[in-house]
Amino acid sequence: MAEADVMIADNKTRAVRLALLGAPNCGKTSLFNALTGGRAKVANYPGVTVEYRKGAFTLPSGAPIELLDLPGVYGDCGHSMDERVAIDAVRGNLTGERAPDAIMFMMDASHVSTHLHNVLQAKNYGLPVVLVLNMMDMAARDGIDIDVQQLEAQIGVPVISCVAVRAAGRAHLLDYLQEWTGDVAANFAAKPEPEPGTLKELQAKARTISRGCVSRIQKAETFTQRIDSFVLHPVLGVVILFGILFFMFQAVYSWSGPAITAIEDSFVGLSGIVGGVLPEGWIRSLISDGIIAGVGSVIVFLPQIVILFAFILLLEASGYMARAAFLVDSLMAKVGLNGRAFIPLLSSFACAIPGVMAARTIENEKDRLTTIMIAPLMTCSARWPVYLLIVGAFIPASNVGPFNLQGLVLLGLVIVGIIFAMIMAFIFKRILARGVQSSLLIELPSYKTPVFKDYLRGLWDRAMIFVNRAGRIILPASIIVWLLGTYPNRDSGFEGTFAGMIGRVLEPVFTPIGFNTEIVFSLIPSMAAREVAVGTLGTLYALEETQIDDKLGGLLAVDWSLATALAFLAWFVFAPQCLSTFAIIKKETNSWRWPLITFAYLFVLAYLASLLTYHAALSFGWG
Amino acid sequence: MPDAQTLDTLKKNIVARITTIESVEAGVETRLREIGFAEGDEVEALHFGLFGRNPMSVRLNGALIAMRRREAACIFVSPIHG
Repeated sequence: MAEADVMIADNKTRAVRLALLGAPNCGKTSLFNALTGGRAKVANYPGVTVEYRKGAFTLPSGAPIELLDLPGVYGDCGHSMDERVAIDAVRGNLTGERAPDAIMFMMDASHVSTHLHNVLQAKNYGLPVVLVLNMMDMAARDGIDIDVQQLEAQIGVPVISCVAVRAAGRAHLLDYLQEWTGDVAANFAAKPEPEPGTLKELQAKARTISRGCVSRIQKAETFTQRIDSFVLHPVLGVVILFGILFFMFQAVYSWSGPAITAIEDSFVGLSGIVGGVLPEGWIRSLISDGIIAGVGSVIVFLPQIVILFAFILLLEASGYMARAAFLVDSLMAKVGLNGRAFIPLLSSFACAIPGVMAARTIENEKDRLTTIMIAPLMTCSARWPVYLLIVGAFIPASNVGPFNLQGLVLLGLVIVGIIFAMIMAFIFKRILARGVQSSLLIELPSYKTPVFKDYLRGLWDRAMIFVNRAGRIILPASIIVWLLGTYPNRDSGFEGTFAGMIGRVLEPVFTPIGFNTEIVFSLIPSMAAREVAVGTLGTLYALEETQIDDKLGGLLAVDWSLATALAFLAWFVFAPQCLSTFAIIKKETNSWRWPLITFAYLFVLAYLASLLTYHAALSFGWG
Repeated sequence: MPDAQTLDTLKKNIVARITTIESVEAGVETRLREIGFAEGDEVEALHFGLFGRNPMSVRLNGALIAMRRREAACIFVSPIHG
């Protein structure tokens, strides 16, 4: 005991900093999560790692380790922004971060013969390198046998076999790290011999080494290949992809019913308790109409958000997502987009912010800008509460054949967003980058069973981001909206309040598209986050009603015409109002120009779409 | 000589050996090499996209790489017979 305490004291002085370097999909993030318990300094969105993440853990010996999880990178050139982050981190060029003490180079054991030259390149960083061969179990299953000792002797750096997702599989690595960090001064001074030569020469050297150390028993067909003969089929593959997306959107509606009803009922119940306990007056109104109605009307969509992300994360973790990128690339090429744009665009279904950041993986700058500017057209999760509210209130829950009509409308809204994204990409590419060819070069990873713990953590993180937003943005917004919707004079109706006055001033602009004063006002607080529009309407309509047990959807169905509801939906397909999106575009493009252009084109499209929808609906007699 | 053939014209399920990698455009060759294409490696075209056989996926030493035909055209191959 006393001995252990002394060791901890000795090692406390300075944590050893290790950088996790390696190709995409080799399991860096799995190892990072397993070792650090997933507690990272930089919040990472699901999908590709574009920022580095920093975490810490303590070895059984008590030695503290700091771990950097870096974006996947093949060589040392840094073709795209995310690759440059990884290389800058290793070179110690990241501002505010000291250089790592050593590199843990991770490699998928199944792909040693393909990627071994990347280790030779890594030796040139002038840092100690240890090669971690991950997923040794999968390699063995596919008939690949690696002579680790021989490889270690030939490549000139220590080689450790590992199965990152299993505790037993990490034992080797931990033993080594323990020994390695036992005498930092001595062990970390040993830098590997630099590897001179061109990339072609390094490849030739690596191939010679791997031929001597890696043997492969040809198996007729691996599991991944069998699946891919269906999934990557030019016609069948596209049918499967659309089937998956279709099922996903149906599930968002069909599976969430009971949970939503439970949440709705508990908020109505809470409101009832407040009504019973507090006397009639402004405090009761603030809590019941402001906070409970405002926050509740957004929290109620949590089950649907969780279902959506349960699908996205599963597709991501299983290795299917890169296949989807391959399948849609044919279409992407038609509008001049990079195939890699698929992953940022898909992330944008969660939120445009990680989407805009994930565009860093696109090498061509013009392609990256185009992708960034169309990212807000993907249906982000902040739009879901708006869609779900309006669709739930105005579209009958009848069935069209075997399909739920509400689910179909929802899917339609998503598709309209995608179609406009493609049209805008086509236009931007013509203006921005005439003649610049886009490209695609990605590795399709083997299929994997997702690690249950990592999967649940990802889902939990997403749910918490949603709930935290409700607390940090929607709660204060609800209180402000309640204030503006109550004072100075509620007795003369909505017109007598500040919210009514603000709405009135802007109303002439929006009357042609069918928006009433409440909607016009709700657009302003929704600058903070789009779903605040729902919270705002929740508060405004709660204030208007004497009955507190009415649900927002029902109130809207009475107050709005179908034409107005459809115009409102059309507006939110484009929904220019989201300050955080503009902030991130400003940051990632380092100029005011692109966020302003994005804002302008989205506003024009939103207005025209609502105008068209409203008048088309009126002509059908839905006014 | 049959080795004037490039990877983008390789038929499905034909195994070929890479003879040369070179690109006019700066950077393409480097990217192809970094991701793992090298002279002497065996490649096999496995899947093709819906329009114009673009993109294509290629088996390379047990890995599966997706690429557009424009990139594949920088890789010269010679089919392995029998």
